[in-house]
Amino acid sequence: MALRELSSLEKFLGLKKPHKYSTQGVKKVPLLQSNNGPALVGLATIASHLAKEAKKPELLGTTPEQRAVVQQWLEFRVTRIDECPREEIRTVLKDLNQYLEDKVYLAGNSLSIADPLLYYAIHHIVVDLAVQEKERYMNLTRWFDHIQHYPGVRHHLAPVVVLRNRVYTSCHH
Amino acid sequence: MKLFVSEGNPHCIKVLAVLELTGVKCDIENVNHEEKVVPFLSRPVLPVLLLPSGQHLFSSNAICQYFFEIGGKAPADASTQWLEWEATELQPILGHALQMLVLQGKSAEAAKALEDPMNFLEQNLSKRTSSFLTSDTVAVEDIVLWAALFPLYLEPSLRPAELTSVFTWFERVGALPACQSAAQRVLQGRGQAALKGFLQKQPVITLRRDTPPCNQTGAEEAEHLMTEEELQSAARTWSLGLTDFQTQPERQHPILPQEGKRNVLVTSALPYVNNVPHLGNIIGCVLSADVFARYGRLRGWNLLFICGTDEYGTATENKAREEGLTPQEICNKYHAIHSSIYKWFQIDFDFFGRTTTPRQTEIAQDIFWRLHDRGFLIEDTVEQLRCENCQCFLADRFVEGMCPHCQYPEARGDQCDKCGRLINAVELKAPQCKVCGLTPVVRSSKHLFLDLPKLEPDLEQWLDRSLSTGDWTTNARHITRSWLRDGLKPRCITRDLQWGTPVPHPDFSSKVFYVWFDAPIGYLSITANYTDQWEKWWKNPQQVELYNFMAKDNVPFHSVVFPCSLLGAQDNYTLVNNLVATEYLNYEDTKFSKSRGVGVFGDMAQDTGIPSDVWRFYLLYLRPEGQDSAFSWADMALKNNSELLNNLGNFINRAGMFVSKFFGGCVPEMELQAEDKRLLAQVGWELRQYIQLLDKVRIREALKCILNISRHGNQYIQVNEPWKNIKGGAPERQRAGTVTGVSVNVACLLSAMLEPYMPTVSQTIREQLRAPESCAHAMLRGEGIFVRSLPSGHRIGTVSPLFQKLETDQIEALRKRFGGQQPEEEISIPQPKTEKPQDVASTKACVPEAPAARAVGADPEKAKQLEAAVAEQGEKVRTLKAQKAEKPVVIAEVSKLLELKKQLALAEGRDPEPATQKGKRK
Repeated sequence: MALRELSSLEKFLGLKKPHKYSTQGVKKVPLLQSNNGPALVGLATIASHLAKEAKKPELLGTTPEQRAVVQQWLEFRVTRIDECPREEIRTVLKDLNQYLEDKVYLAGNSLSIADPLLYYAIHHIVVDLAVQEKERYMNLTRWFDHIQHYPGVRHHLAPVVVLRNRVYTSCHH
Repeated sequence: MKLFVSEGNPHCIKVLAVLELTGVKCDIENVNHEEKVVPFLSRPVLPVLLLPSGQHLFSSNAICQYFFEIGGKAPADASTQWLEWEATELQPILGHALQMLVLQGKSAEAAKALEDPMNFLEQNLSKRTSSFLTSDTVAVEDIVLWAALFPLYLEPSLRPAELTSVFTWFERVGALPACQSAAQRVLQGRGQAALKGFLQKQPVITLRRDTPPCNQTGAEEAEHLMTEEELQSAARTWSLGLTDFQTQPERQHPILPQEGKRNVLVTSALPYVNNVPHLGNIIGCVLSADVFARYGRLRGWNLLFICGTDEYGTATENKAREEGLTPQEICNKYHAIHSSIYKWFQIDFDFFGRTTTPRQTEIAQDIFWRLHDRGFLIEDTVEQLRCENCQCFLADRFVEGMCPHCQYPEARGDQCDKCGRLINAVELKAPQCKVCGLTPVVRSSKHLFLDLPKLEPDLEQWLDRSLSTGDWTTNARHITRSWLRDGLKPRCITRDLQWGTPVPHPDFSSKVFYVWFDAPIGYLSITANYTDQWEKWWKNPQQVELYNFMAKDNVPFHSVVFPCSLLGAQDNYTLVNNLVATEYLNYEDTKFSKSRGVGVFGDMAQDTGIPSDVWRFYLLYLRPEGQDSAFSWADMALKNNSELLNNLGNFINRAGMFVSKFFGGCVPEMELQAEDKRLLAQVGWELRQYIQLLDKVRIREALKCILNISRHGNQYIQVNEPWKNIKGGAPERQRAGTVTGVSVNVACLLSAMLEPYMPTVSQTIREQLRAPESCAHAMLRGEGIFVRSLPSGHRIGTVSPLFQKLETDQIEALRKRFGGQQPEEEISIPQPKTEKPQDVASTKACVPEAPAARAVGADPEKAKQLEAAVAEQGEKVRTLKAQKAEKPVVIAEVSKLLELKKQLALAEGRDPEPATQKGKRK
């Protein structure tokens, strides 16, 4: 899964030459063998490296503060979502929903690599959400829909239909 | 900017140390562990940094990175990588180890959990020339890792002396004043005890021992890429040879537990005597257990594998009546049948016994009296079904009716096959006697019940321990949990029958034990018939590890009912540590059914002319691990021809043939080059996977490792072309020698790894190669070491092919023979034979077409599955092409894709030929 996701990320970053990845151990941690120097291991590490390679350091945050926030969400993804036991998934969604209440992107006011990576990670969860649940996690759904339509992000994943027209109890018309 | 910390929270050490080290100005506030600082997180998390912008950083590593960056040091890739490793790999283990150590005082378990990450750290540190992890000045990853390890390193027993590089580095970082004051601030000089309050509030961390999340499919398994270090270490291991290894001593009966050894007791569910076992029974218990037992013996465990026929019960009585024999005669007859079937399947029991023995009576009655004396049995009157026509109470299996829960019309008297719930026979709607078909009447009778509710606390305590330390398959855990969740009820242990173990209580003199109380005791009595010292296995939980193998319908009796009997008897019985349950094996998408003549039964397998090893291979290849699977003839032929013949057999045969043809039967000199080392490393890696998987009883998955090795081997031979090099000059000839020598050694390793799965083939390979006796034991010890077991100059024997092709005609005939009534056969119009041989000849893998689908035209169900498979395979090919994978790999995948498309066309009732043409004439 991580491998397909990295290849989508490469396309999004506009990297012309695809890298060859492999995986390590039972958890299938991705590994990038570079020509000069030791291999890079770990999804967050490789993703950060790719952003630099693509000469798009702004995707890692433009200030120390933003950079820390981006790293934090990358870590959140590999620790809290990838390892998430089934019974914990709802808590994670709830927290994210709460966090995104007043935000368009995960970190700061523009897209960072944390956005596509979190999107890739929760795609398989969001796909299975019932309409009512998507409504319950409305901020998360809104962010999700925004990221999946962000040019060049989606690639290997199927689009998820998000119900836009909320049925309000008090109708304007 | 404000940093929130709490006393005794180990994660605060790193941020405080970094704060002081970088000299960043920041307020610090001490709060309670439970304080919810971050508004959007449901669970309290600390430490937290409130940034000037009002945002919260709740990841301690992100906080450290931030402090370092505003202190003037931007993070490098190497730093980020260590931080990610710390967060994803190290922290879960540390959390677990700290709980073990501080809350439970189990320092040995903590040490064991730490082994892997600490060795990894040692390996990395020992290679460095710099003073710290990535540079000569202290960096963020040094502080983060130091602080993570610090609380555990306070415990001297967790600081293994051999990890010298870790130790030196740890002391160097710890000597920094910033680190010392941070540790003091968090632990207050109270050592690990200061962490207790924090740890008690954390959820229990259990290390994930089994499957990765299920949403990861196998389709995108990329090959494991080797690092230079792995290549070198594989080459070093290889050169060790077999010199230091002693041959394993012969098995000597009776096998008894030994001090200082891993003592493993393996049982397979006892097959019921009056039926001939079908393939589902065989893979579910005896064959799975046999693979594990053979593997354990190879690993040098002190292992006892027992099984036997379960012989008591009405079913036997009725069968006896049917055949005009006594129940005992019936048992004798069928016991012999079972025995011979398992022998044919090469099931290597240490003892295959039976339940109708005096030992059974003795032990069952002893357990009964112990339960009785301790007040775990209660008396009650039960309503029971009695067939007036047959003049007997009807055993559960002899009543059929409608399930009261799900309305399934053919529910059995004890359980519904559809919804899986247990049923009391009298609850069945519209019950019918299965012998005469008449409606039975309800009568009352006095019975004894095992008081499960009273035993529940003991059971739960034991289960908690066994489930958390043992390897229980997911379905076994699930079924057990659902039983406990529904609440336990008293369970009847007596029955109104004659053919059974008599109840010794005078008030119940005409009754016998209910088979589910009695049958599991068979494990004990069969062992007692094997050796008088059976109690050394069965009353010795300290020394013995017990593995139970079964199909999933047997789980509750092994995880709840039988443990309750043994716990209640209070006689220090050995209880199950590892419960391994399979799902069901279906037959060509239907169920095996003796009465409908559908399926293959144990005694028929040998009449098919297909060797026992091939049967074993195919059954294990589709072992229903995790989900149901289906036996199919076409698939069996496919797997035989593609995996055994073209992959495994082809590789082993070529390796041996090169030695005999080019080098006069003597293993040539080997000069390893990078390419050879890469193969050694790949093979070594697969071997270690194989061992990890089989240690966890993941039998089917481990089999894939074997096939992967021969795939690597075939590719290696293909690329290096020894048959061409042998005709060249001296350097080319030497190259051919190395490639041949390495290949034949890989073949030797394969013979060892195959032993649990295909014992005869394994033996044949070893004979052909004249492999030393000790090689299997030597290479499967520890975590698995691939050594050069056939040195240069070793003379091999005569090499001949190991497998035979299964032809489409042959397999089609078998499918008809064992298919029961198959209406589609009758209406089908025989296809003109002409195009068939062409198919077979042109596709090397010989994928048999789907004959049923072709005969009847479209098969929408199958088409849907195939469509998905085509899409998946297509994606795989595209990815491979995008990654510029090697040509033979791509070609192989493309041909698979074409084959799938062809099958799809057949299933959709279209003409498949146009789709295949391009692939064939390439």
